[in-house]
Formats: sequence, C-alpha cells, structure tokens
Amino acid sequence: MPAPIRLRELIRTIRTARTQAEEREMIQKECAAIRSSFREEDNTYRCRNVAKLLYMHMLGYPAHFGQLECLKLIASQKFTDKRIGYLGAMLLLDERQDVHLLMTNCIKNDLNHSTQYVQGLALCTLGCMGSSEMCRDLAGEVEKLLKTSNSYLRKKAALCAVHVIRKVPELMEMFLPATKNLLSEKNHGVLHTSVVLLTEMCERSPDMLAHFRKLVPQLVRILKNLIMSGYSPEHDVSGISDPFLQVRILRLLRILGKGDDDSSEAMNDILAQVATNTETSKNVGNAILYETVLTIMDIKSESGLRVLAINILGRFLLNNDKNIRYVALTSLLKTVQTDHNAVQRHRSTIVDCLKDLDVSIKRRAMELSFALVNGNNIRGMMKELLYFLDSCDPEFKADCASGVFLAAEKYAPSKRWHIDTIMRVLTTAGSYVRDDSVPNLIQLITNSVEMHAYTVQRLYKALLDDISQQPLVQVASWCIGEYGDLLISGQCEEEEPIQVTEDEVLDVLEGLLVSNLSSPVTRGYSLTAIMKLSTRFSSVNRIKKVVSIYGSSIDVELQQRAVEYNALFKKYDHMRPALLERMPIMEKTASNGPTEIVQTNGEAEPSVVEPKHPPPVGQPASQGNDLLDLLGGNDVPVIPTTMPTKPASAGGELLDLLGDLSLGLSLMAFYLFDLFKTVNFLSTGIPPMTAYNKNGLKIDFTFERANPNPNVAVITIHASNSTEADMTDFVFQAAVPKTFQLQLLSPSSNVVPALNQGTVTQVIRVLNQQKQQLRMRIKLTYIHKGSAVQDLAEVNNFPPQSWQ
Amino acid sequence: KHMRFLLLFSRQGKLRLQKWFTPITEREKKKIIRDMTTLVLARQPRSCNFLQWKDLKIIYKRYASLYFCLAVENQENELLALEVIHRYVELLDKYFGNVCELDIIFNFEKAYFILDEFLMGGEIQETSKQMVNRCIEASDMLQEVRYPPTPRPVLPVAQL
Repeated sequence: MPAPIRLRELIRTIRTARTQAEEREMIQKECAAIRSSFREEDNTYRCRNVAKLLYMHMLGYPAHFGQLECLKLIASQKFTDKRIGYLGAMLLLDERQDVHLLMTNCIKNDLNHSTQYVQGLALCTLGCMGSSEMCRDLAGEVEKLLKTSNSYLRKKAALCAVHVIRKVPELMEMFLPATKNLLSEKNHGVLHTSVVLLTEMCERSPDMLAHFRKLVPQLVRILKNLIMSGYSPEHDVSGISDPFLQVRILRLLRILGKGDDDSSEAMNDILAQVATNTETSKNVGNAILYETVLTIMDIKSESGLRVLAINILGRFLLNNDKNIRYVALTSLLKTVQTDHNAVQRHRSTIVDCLKDLDVSIKRRAMELSFALVNGNNIRGMMKELLYFLDSCDPEFKADCASGVFLAAEKYAPSKRWHIDTIMRVLTTAGSYVRDDSVPNLIQLITNSVEMHAYTVQRLYKALLDDISQQPLVQVASWCIGEYGDLLISGQCEEEEPIQVTEDEVLDVLEGLLVSNLSSPVTRGYSLTAIMKLSTRFSSVNRIKKVVSIYGSSIDVELQQRAVEYNALFKKYDHMRPALLERMPIMEKTASNGPTEIVQTNGEAEPSVVEPKHPPPVGQPASQGNDLLDLLGGNDVPVIPTTMPTKPASAGGELLDLLGDLSLGLSLMAFYLFDLFKTVNFLSTGIPPMTAYNKNGLKIDFTFERANPNPNVAVITIHASNSTEADMTDFVFQAAVPKTFQLQLLSPSSNVVPALNQGTVTQVIRVLNQQKQQLRMRIKLTYIHKGSAVQDLAEVNNFPPQSWQ
Repeated sequence: KHMRFLLLFSRQGKLRLQKWFTPITEREKKKIIRDMTTLVLARQPRSCNFLQWKDLKIIYKRYASLYFCLAVENQENELLALEVIHRYVELLDKYFGNVCELDIIFNFEKAYFILDEFLMGGEIQETSKQMVNRCIEASDMLQEVRYPPTPRPVLPVAQL
C-alpha cells in the first residue's frame, strides 16, 4: 500500500481543479483512500489523514467518519498526533455526539501530563467545547491547575474555569478559594484571564459580587501601574501598555462600582486619569477611552466625571475615523435619557452626522436627533430632519416620517406649523408613511378646529399635483369629505383662498376612484368622502349617480359601501344628515400611533415603532349617543308609517327605530370602527379572523404586518358584546408557546358596551423569530349582569399569512 | 461567551478558517458562513467596520485578500475587537514572516494552533505577542514529525 499523500500535496492538487465537479471527484477519491487507511488501523499515517480530512471539511465536505480517529490521535503518545487530534475534536465534534464523552478520560490524563504543552492542549479543548458532564468530571483537575505556579497553565486553567462555570453554574463555589491571590500575579496572561474569571463570577452571583468588591483598590493599582509604566515591548500597542488588560479591568470595575457609592468613589480618580491622559490618535487609545466612558456612565460617578465622559463622546463625533463616530453615536443614544442636557450640547455635531455617507452612522444620528428634539429647538431641528427626509435612502423614510409626526405632535409651536409640517412629510415622503399614521393624522386634523379650512385647501392643492402617494391621498380624501363645504366657500384665513366649484372637487374625488394609482383602501376613502359631501354640497344628484354606479363594482368593499350608501339615499334619507355630520373632536383614550422611535441597534433588522392602534371605539359609543340625542332632539321628518310608531315621545320613536332598523346605529358603528378593520385587511392582505364567539362576547383579530420586521406580528383584538347588558371590568389575557414572545399593550377601555354599540380594542405584539405556527391561549374575565364570568379558549385558526 | 465566532474568507467567499466558540450544528454553521460572506462582501468600501446581525455585533476587516470577521455579543467593545483581529494578524505575520493568504491555505493547522494560544473559549488568553509565538515554536519543536511552513509555490500576493 503506497503511503497516503501528504497534506500539502493534497491541497496543491485540489487547488488545480478548474470546476466544482473536478474538485468533488478529487475529494471523493481521497476520502475513499482515507477511509481504507482508517480501516487498516494505520497508526503512522493517521495524523496525516485526519489533517487532510480537516482541510476537506473546511471546503465544505462531510468528515464525520473521522471523528473516532480524532479520539485515537488524542490517545496517542505522540505530540504531533495529539495536536491534530485535539484540533480535529474541536472542529468535528461537539457535545451533541456521544463520541465526545469518550474524550473525557484522555483529557483527564493529559491534564496531568508531564509536558505543559500537552496539558495546554487538554485545557484548551476542555475550555472550548467541554460538555456539562465533562466539566463536572474534570472540574477538580481544573481547580488544581488554577493553583499551580506555572503561569502558562494557570492562565489556561482560569479560562477553562470560566467555561466550566458557564456550563455548570453550581460549580462556581469550588473555584472561590483559588481566586485568592490571582491578582497578585505579575504575568499579564494570568492577570487578564483572572480578571475574566472574576468578572464571570461577579456577573453570576450577587454574593460573589459583594465579596469581590474588596478587590477594587487592587484593581485600581494594577490599572494605574499599566498607565504609568514605561515602555514594555511585550505588551505595547502603539504606546499603550496592554490595552486588552486595561479594558478588562475597566469592565470589572464597572460591574463592581455599579450601584455602590464607596466602590465608585474609590475608582473615580483613576477613571478621570485614564479619561484625560489616554492617547487618542490611534484606535487602541480610543478603545480604552470608550470603555472608560461606558464605565463612568454606569457607576455612581460624580457629575463632573459624567460630563467629562459625554464630552469625550462629543469629541469622538468629530473624529475622522467613522468607526469611532459610530461608536460615539451608539453610546450617546444610550445616555441621552439619563444625561439629556449634556448630550444636548453636542446637538449640532450630531445633526451634522445626518449627512454622513455611512448608512449605520446616518441611522444612529437620526435616532439620536429625534431623542434630542424639545420645545426649544423644534423649529431648527425639524428643518434639518425634514431636509434629511427629503434626501435620505428609502430604508430610513418610514422611521423618519414617524419620528417627525411624533415630534411635531409633542412640540409644535403652533397649529399652523404643525399642519405645514405634516403636509411637508406627506408630499415629500408620502408613500413611505406608515399605514397607521393615516388615522392618527386624521385625528390630529379633526382636533385642530381652526385650521380645517387651511388644511383642506392645502390638501386639495396637493391632490391636484400628485395622486400617487396613498397616505396623502387618503388623508386628503377624508378631509375633503369632511370639510368640502369650507373648501368651496373659500373660507381660508391663513392663505389666499382658492376658488373651486363643487363639480371640480367631485371631479377630483371621482378621479381617485378610477385611477390605477389608487389602492383599494384609497378608493374606499374617496367613495365615503363623496358620500359625505352629499350633505355639504348641493350636487346631490351627481353624488347619487356615482354611488349607484359603484353598487355593482367588482371590488367587494366598494360594492358593499355603495350599496349601503344607496340604501341611505333611498330608505333612510332622513337619517343622512345626522349620520354624515361633522366628526366630533376625538378624545385620546390611549396614545395613538407611535409613542417613540424605538432605539435600534443597527440597520439589518431595525425594530418596529410601536403602532398602538387608534381606538375608534371611543367614538362610536359617544357618536351613538350623539345620534340618539340628535334624533331625539332635532326636528326629524316624520317617520314613514311603514314603521310601527308610537306617536308619543321622540324617545319612544327611537326605541322602535332601533328595534326595526337593520342599519342605523349598527351601520354607523360598523363603518366607524370596522373601517379600520377592513382598512387593515385591505392594506395588509391578512384576513381578519374571529378568535372567540361565545355567550354574546365576540373577539375578532385584525392583523398588521409589522414592517420592516417580519418576525413581529401586530394583532389588534376587537371585543364586541351583542347581549343587552354591558360587560364591565373586561380583562383580556393571552399566552403563547415558549418559542414566541408576547407583549400586550393597554386596552382602549374595560367596558364592552351592550348591543354592539362599541368595541374594546387592544394591541398584541408577538415576536415569532422561529416562524412557527402561531397559537394562543386566551383568558377572558368580565362582569355581566352582576355576576363574574371567566373563560379560557385556545386560538388556533390564525391565517397562515400572519405568521409566515 | 463574549466572542461567538471568527471566520476568515477570501474575496471570492472561500472559507480559510472557522473558529466557533459556542456549540452549533453543522447546518447552522453553513448558514452563518453564507450570511457573513454575503453581508461583508456587499459592504461599501468606505463603510465603518461594524454591522449588526441578529443579536450580535459583527466586526470585520480586510487584510490584503483576506477578510477577518469576528462576531461578538452586543455589550462588547467594538473598537477593542478591531484590536483583537489586528493582534491575530500580527501573530500570524510574526510566525510566517510577511504572511499572505497562501500561507494560511497551506498551513491552516498552524493558523489554528496560533489562534488557540491567543484566544480560548471566546476570551483572550494571552496578551503578550512574544509569549504566543514562543509557545508555538516550542510546541513545534516537540513534534516528532516536523512540518515547517511550506515554501510558497508562487510569489507572495500582497503583504499583510
């Protein structure tokens, strides 16, 4: 049998392959040769064969048949064999294989070997990949080696101990005695790994943390020596002595100083010293400064030190090195809540970073900018942010638009400014605006009563320019429907009122209905707007005609609307004025829309801004009441005698109306709160579902696609009650399987009104990283007719689109 | 583990070294390698050296024809991670003498040995440059069969 070819020879040969197929052929041939060599139990060439196998494994080919051979190599007496054997074990074996346990005995022997390099191999392998069982078996050996005077072995034993503790936390106690004089070592390797070990112990156990606090003076001393010591060739990096050790010590100090006044005070001076004396011309110095800043911010440092830290970050922002700018922005983002004023001082530098070329830096600068907006700087900041919105990459536009809306809502200096800002966003980034912004904006506009004329005029003009951006078109349609009368009467005070006729306005709205650019949702908005204008304009006939045409539309949504609007004209015309009345000011029951820009860690998968669903339920209930009042109070034309009527009080007529109508309140309520449900369906394509329907309590789920994080499903529950009594103290709870994470936001209220007069909504966010089928268990409790009701249910009928 | 994995790959995406500091399946390893090579090779030339991937920070740097790609946990110091990569390159350079990609291809096991003296279990084991090299050389002397670094078959490509 000829000797198996050498490793380098094989590498050379494989590299001459010109195609993937040729390479595969060579590999297969060699694997066959290796297999037969293994079968022959050849000791001489086992090492060479396994090495070749490891090379082929790196190219992506299977090598599991070499696992046992690695074990044989480890058991060999030859150092060359052991070296390759342990390497092979680390590459080919992991704790999932039973084979892996066979190593335990070999490792145990090698830990006691006479040659330190063999001991080293064993420690390294155990410390890299030892399973819990192996760690349990061998912890004693590791502990012994932790006490040796051989620094080569001691440092490895320390890291091995770290691994053991990570695998089997209960064993941590046994290493405590050995840590006694670890820090008295001169050897940097031992010092470094010791600090790692101490850190691990402190992070895992508050008792250990308290115990090790006494080491603070010693750590401070060691750090001081490193900074003050002269040049040491062994550890020098660009003039700094052992930056790795310095950073590790700073990190341990951070953990020890957190929440503890005495420790924090003891390290105050050294932190100030490092912060002011470290050379900043190279990355290594900045790495130490960065760690120092993190430590200062985390412990109980005095305010002077904190300001120093933030100023360091401010200087980082001006650094040419973009890595350093990136790191500065990340840190500032973390500290902006706690040290707001200090960070404000660097606002202009941060805003400049919006113009940086690097995508990650831009994103962080944007988030930080939004965090810094306040009542004083809103005008200036908004100018910069809107400019950024105009020119930034599409991936930023949605988040930026949401941020602008939020900031404007909180700090708008005037209503006019607010409306103008909204207009600016809608016209420049209109297609990127989040779907949930539309209802939110509508509410804002409704509540800015004195700006209605100005708003509708500006929106109308914007529509004349461009009807492609759906959110803009939707808001505009809605406004025209509501305030069309102001539009044609030319009541605008803020700017020159435009002259426009009813026909022109209806032309525009009808144009939306037929345009290819309009989404189905938009069409719904424009049809409803046209309908509403029937009580504001005089061209009622034209509107009737449009509505009747769409009664046979292919689009089911439009068709249903049109049919019901038709019915409104024909059978319930007397109710039309009341039903289409101006919307009242909507109360904010819960915060609508995004409450904050969620701070992202980066760009690959930015997290979603929380879309708390606007609670339309508040309105139907009160709207319903208003309707009742209106119908009762106003001079309503006599109800046709086809209805059984009591001639007495208006209230009596109302009851009969309610009893007889299949439309009426239900119709209005349907549109007001189901509009959002159906808008949802149309915009996401995920059908709503009924999750629960028992004893008169019905719970529907609607879905939103949480763009751009596809792993988060945003579900809104709508609870309605068809019984005659309210359900009070209504609490909805949900649980999901372990692979999911669930977040339940506040409900719109805890009373589910009787007779479907309103719904309670609540938003659930489910994180489904493993893309598993969504299942949920829900628990409902409420009080109904004086008695407490509780029910549990499983929800399994989620549409596949909601979790795929 | 503070460091999760270290990958070395060429500009064409060919893997030259893989060190995993936590146990994961072969399948997951393949996926991660694919993701890393795609993400890193797609980066614009003047971007910063950090990117976010799932719950990890990825620090990468190109030395001549090789990309060094280190994944760390979110609380780690990225600037120091760059120094870690740089230190490893220096160690390789010292050992091989003006190291280039071919050295690592033909002597991959040595690259692993050096790495295993520098890092262990996702942490730094030795901070002295000279100590690491001394230990490797002493270990090399112990080998019954010597495999000195192969003389390069062609002239070195670019200097590291």
